[in-house]
Order: sequence, then structure tokens, then C-alpha cells
Amino acid sequence: MTVTTSDIDLLKAGADHLFRTKRLMGFAVPAVAILYLAYIFFAFDVAGLWSRADVEKAHTLISDSYSYKMHVTRDNRTGQVDVSIEGRRNGTYDADKAPDWVARGTETVIDLGRDNIVTFGPGSRVTYAIPGYGTFTADPGRNGVNATYPPGELPGWINASRNRVAITTEAGRLTVTRNRTEVFRYFLGWEAFWFTIDSPYYGMNVIDVASHAVRGEAGDIWTAFWTNTMWRHQDVAWALFETILMAFLGTFGAGIVALPLAFLAARNFSPFLAVRFTMRRAFDFVRGVDALIWTIVLARAFGPGPLTGALAILVTDTGTFGKIFSEALENVDKAPIEGVTSTGANAVQRYRFGVIPQVVPVLISQLLYFLESNTRSATVIGAITGGGIGLLITQAIITQQDWEKVTYFIVLIVLLVMAMDSLSGWLRRRLIAGGDSGP
Amino acid sequence: MADTTARMGTDAVQADYMALTRRKRVYSVVLLAVFVALMAAGFRTADSRNAGGFWDGITHVFDFPAEVLGEAWANAARLPGHLVDHLPALVETLNIAAASTLIGTAFGTLLALLSTRGLARWPGLIPVFRRTMDVARAIPEIVIALVLIFVLGGGPVPAMIAIAIHTTGALGKLFSEVNENVSLKPVEGLQSVGATWAQKMYLGVIPQVGPNYVSYALLRLEINIRASAILGFVGAGGIGYDLRNAMSWGQGRYDQAAAIFILLFLTIVAVDQFSGYLRTQLTHGRQPREGARA
Repeated sequence: MTVTTSDIDLLKAGADHLFRTKRLMGFAVPAVAILYLAYIFFAFDVAGLWSRADVEKAHTLISDSYSYKMHVTRDNRTGQVDVSIEGRRNGTYDADKAPDWVARGTETVIDLGRDNIVTFGPGSRVTYAIPGYGTFTADPGRNGVNATYPPGELPGWINASRNRVAITTEAGRLTVTRNRTEVFRYFLGWEAFWFTIDSPYYGMNVIDVASHAVRGEAGDIWTAFWTNTMWRHQDVAWALFETILMAFLGTFGAGIVALPLAFLAARNFSPFLAVRFTMRRAFDFVRGVDALIWTIVLARAFGPGPLTGALAILVTDTGTFGKIFSEALENVDKAPIEGVTSTGANAVQRYRFGVIPQVVPVLISQLLYFLESNTRSATVIGAITGGGIGLLITQAIITQQDWEKVTYFIVLIVLLVMAMDSLSGWLRRRLIAGGDSGP
Repeated sequence: MADTTARMGTDAVQADYMALTRRKRVYSVVLLAVFVALMAAGFRTADSRNAGGFWDGITHVFDFPAEVLGEAWANAARLPGHLVDHLPALVETLNIAAASTLIGTAFGTLLALLSTRGLARWPGLIPVFRRTMDVARAIPEIVIALVLIFVLGGGPVPAMIAIAIHTTGALGKLFSEVNENVSLKPVEGLQSVGATWAQKMYLGVIPQVGPNYVSYALLRLEINIRASAILGFVGAGGIGYDLRNAMSWGQGRYDQAAAIFILLFLTIVAVDQFSGYLRTQLTHGRQPREGARA
């Protein structure tokens, strides 16, 4: 067998052609992708987005997620001074108590730190000694704020009008209106995460709490934490449980419903073409309708709650599992079934000992994969139907001020999904590897 | 003598085997019982915490679809018009899904290459990139979308970013599993001619893993279309947003909702079929050629 010149030319031409197509692909695919993204850039008006984006909101969101503010508020008509966390009623100090940077008395002296001192009183007067600038004084009353500034031009961080003055410094913020004088001081962290202000354990460090626990107050401490009205740990725990419950019921329910149906759809178990065809189209239909539509339809019948979410996952995944399971059944090895038949087994025994051991590892591993991904779906579905952690996080986002809670819930969801991921991986290894190496 | 020992041996083995089988069966029964108990208890709990009970609701499951279909049927003449009306929204949903899949694939590829042993640019940072992917995968899209809607205002961009982040994590994990099986010979060849890291990856690794990557990305596209419809429902634009509006008009106006249901259903089925076809082409169409080369 000799290679002639024409053969070599042919091979060369072939190689050249191959290189050309490869080169074309190498440049064309990224070029198409970039062109498409350019189209998206204009179709979605990404350029205009920056003008619409609200920097102020982004700033609030981010600073609120890792810090909190204490409000010291005076009602200028009654003279009542309240100290509270984020201005919440359930985070308000009793009238005779205050944190150590607020000194109550006929005059309330508020130390904002860095030598910034705000004084309420006498009367409705408020003074703010700002280091490096001077002392600001206001006498809010019926005819306006009546502010007096240190001599010179007003700096940019003072926003003044006749009825409202807002001073923002690095130490905090003071707003004065005719009826209200309010001071904000910012702190790092999430306040009252463990205990609310009315709890005796509020403000204690870990060692003190531990020593109280050792002295037999563990139950009280737990109750104080568990019934925390600001962070609602009990409700959050329930919500997390509901989310897992939705994923668990939905996934395994779907598995239970889909398994018998998959037999009807598998070529080697279902002799009737019409049955097979109907089952497959039914699976396709259920999958195609999509979780969103199922959620809406089921929410109409069952109302909001975890059951609706579980059923929505169940229905959608029945389609997916039906498809996967019937494919697994079509791939089973005939030999074990014949072996079992040769020992005189009846139909039920043939399935039990010939088929089930072959498909169970596939089924379990698919079920566990879906359990993990459905935990995330349950959060999303919960946000629509109103159940579980999905509901809590949408509620927190809608208030537009509980960003520390949103952050907390995001952390919880991430941890939950990761935990389910590890659990499903561990179970998969245990159940499937254990099943294979066993006798 | 030898015969009896052998028989005693087999007896012992048999007894051992029977004991093992019995124990395994007991385990299986216990596991099954625990599972059934969990399912039953879970169902009862979910049922009691739901607004409407299961047994009341089950009889009404088809009320709403029947109502929607009935109204759609009564106004069948208007249906084609509705379908056309909602096409732009459908295109937006598809665009959100496609763009986020594309962006997610790009970042997923990058993260996967950076977190695969043997290919990583900075081997010391592999755990960092892995954790990044884990977190990106674990955050549900809806959370990022809602937070971004608050800052950026409604529209397709928050949804696109949200889905892209999740896609990056999900694809990154799958891609790095594909990367584990990559042959390092082309990479070494490129190294010997002085290629940079980017060149080694683009010319040495990507051609090997390309078909698998595309196959996974297509699967993601199917998932992302559903996700983008859901995000529209919470305010991110597209067909989901139209659907929520159509639903809020209530009884007598469900023909619009029916049109959207139909559009969404047809789109999902069409994309599933198309991507399924492409994926079989990619995985099965390639195999003979790779086999022939080897």
C-alpha cells in the first residue's frame, strides 16, 4: 500500500479545512456571544440602569445589614424622651432606664462618641456640640425650628430649612422638626439578637450568661432567647422546618407517585404502546406546566401554607421522576430477572428480586439530588404561596428596613441548603455504597 | 472427616449468611417504617399549618383550571390576539434566561478552571473559589432578585443578575467535575511553547471539555427559563409579570391568563425538546469520533 501524491494533497486539504473550521469556531462562538450580550445591553437598557439605581437605598441596605442604630427621640410637645433600637416599640427602654451613653434627667445628655455631645433641654431646646465646628442650638416650637448656627457658611452636612434641620456627622445624626427631636447613633452588629431589652440577660457577655445558666437559670435563658420578640427565633426555626418539610414531602411524595407510573411508561415492562405513549405525554405535560403554574393553581385550592408548596413540588417532580425512572427501568439488565424466573418466582417476586435491586440505587440517588435542589425551590415556592423561610424573607424585604433580618435569613438559607447538600451526599454514599458492598 | 468439616463449614457459612440477610431485612423494615412515619407526620404537620386543609382542597383542585379554560374557551376568538400581545414579554423572559445562562457559563467556566487541581492559576486559592461557588449555588435567585429590585428598580436586569449568580455556582460545580477528567498533555504542550495561563486554558482545555460544557449549559437554560418566569411573578418583568397582572384582574378576565399559560407551556416544552435534541447530538454524536481517534 503506497501513498500517492494526490492522497497526500487530499489529506492536506482535509487538514486545512479542519483547521479553518476550528479557527472559525474559535472566533465565531465568542463573537456571537459578545454580540448577543451587546444586544441584551441595549434591550435591557443597562446603561439607563445607573440613572435609575438608587444609591441612597443601596447605602441604607448595606449599612443596615451589618450595623444598627439607636434612636433617642423627644416628643417636643410632651417632653417625653424614648430610647429605642431602630425606633421599634418592642425595642424601647423603660422610661427610667437607658444605655450608658444616655444620661437621663431634667436635661438629657447624649454622648455620641468622639466628643459629640447632644443635650435635650431645658424645655424643648436642643444643643449639639460638634467638635471642630462649634455648637448648634435650636428651640423648636410652633413657629419653626429656630436654629442658631456657629458663625460662617453652613457646611454641606447640615440640611436646614425653616421647619426641619438634619445634621449628619460621623458620630451620628440629629434631626429636629417642630414636633420631634431625634438622635441616631450607629453601632456595629445586630442588636438584641440574643435577648430583647426587657430581658434580664440583655447586654450580658457570654461568660455572665453561662454562669447564670450554671446557677440553674438555663431554662429561663432559653425561654428569653426563644421568645425574643424582635428576632423571633421560634418562628424562624419553624419556618426553616417548614421549608425542609416542603422539600421532603414533595420530593419523596413525587418518588412514591412516580415509581408505579414509570413502570407503565417503560418499554420493557408495559406491553401496550398506547399506555406507554399516554404516560410519557402525561409526564411531559406535568413537567412543561412548570412549578410556577402548579403553585398558582394549587394555591387556589389549598390556600397558602406549606402543604401547597409540598404539593407543587410533588406534582412538578412527578413528571421529572417519571421520565428519569422509566429511563432507568428501560436500562435494567435482563439476566437477573431471567435468573429469578428460572427458580420459579412469580411476577411479584420477579420484580422484588430481579428489578428493584437494580433500579433502587439510581432512584435513591436521584431522589437525594432533588431533595437538595428542592430545598432551594421550597424557598422560592414559599415566597409565592406563603410558607416557610421564603415567606419570612419576602416579608422582611417588603418592609424595606429590616435588612439585618434579610441578611440573617440569607445566611440561614445558605447554611440550610449547604447542610442539605452534605446530608444528601452523605446519605447517597451510605445507602448506595452500603447496598453495593453488602452481601 | 474432611467431608464433615466441609459440611460444617458450609453450614456455618449458611447460618452466617441467613443471619446477615435477616439483619439486613430488619434494617430495611425499620428504615421503611421510619420513613413512612416521617412522611405521615410531615403530611399531618403541613396539613395543619396550611390555610386550607388537604381533604377540602383536593376536591377543588380542578376548579381554577376549569374556570380558566372555560373562560378561554368562551373567548376563544380573542386568544390569538392575546398570544401576540404577550409575545414581547415572552421574548424578555427568554432573553433573561439566555443572557444569564451565557454570563453564568462564562463565570462558571472561569471559576471551574480556577478551582480544579492541576489547572488552577493560583492553587492556594482553590478552596476560596470552591466556597464562592458553593455560596453562589446555595442562594435562591428570588432573594437576590428582590434585594436588587429594591436598589435598581423593577425590570429584567435584577432577574438576570440573580439567575446568573446561581447559574455560575451550579455550572461551576458541574464544570469542575468535568475538568477532573481532562488530559493534561495539550496543556503541557502549550506550556512548552510558552503559552500564558489564558492561552493554555482556551486552547488546551476548553476544546476537550466544550461539548460537555455546552450540554450542561443547555440543561441550565431549560431550568433558567422556568426561574425567569418565576422571578417575573415577583416583579422582575417578562411573562411572569404579565401573568400576575392577568391573575389579579380576577374572574371574567382569565382568558389573558390562559393565553399566558399556553405560551409558557409551549415555550418550555419547545426549549426542552430542542435542548434535549442538541444534547443527544453533542454527547452521542461525538462518541464514535472520539472512539475512532483512540
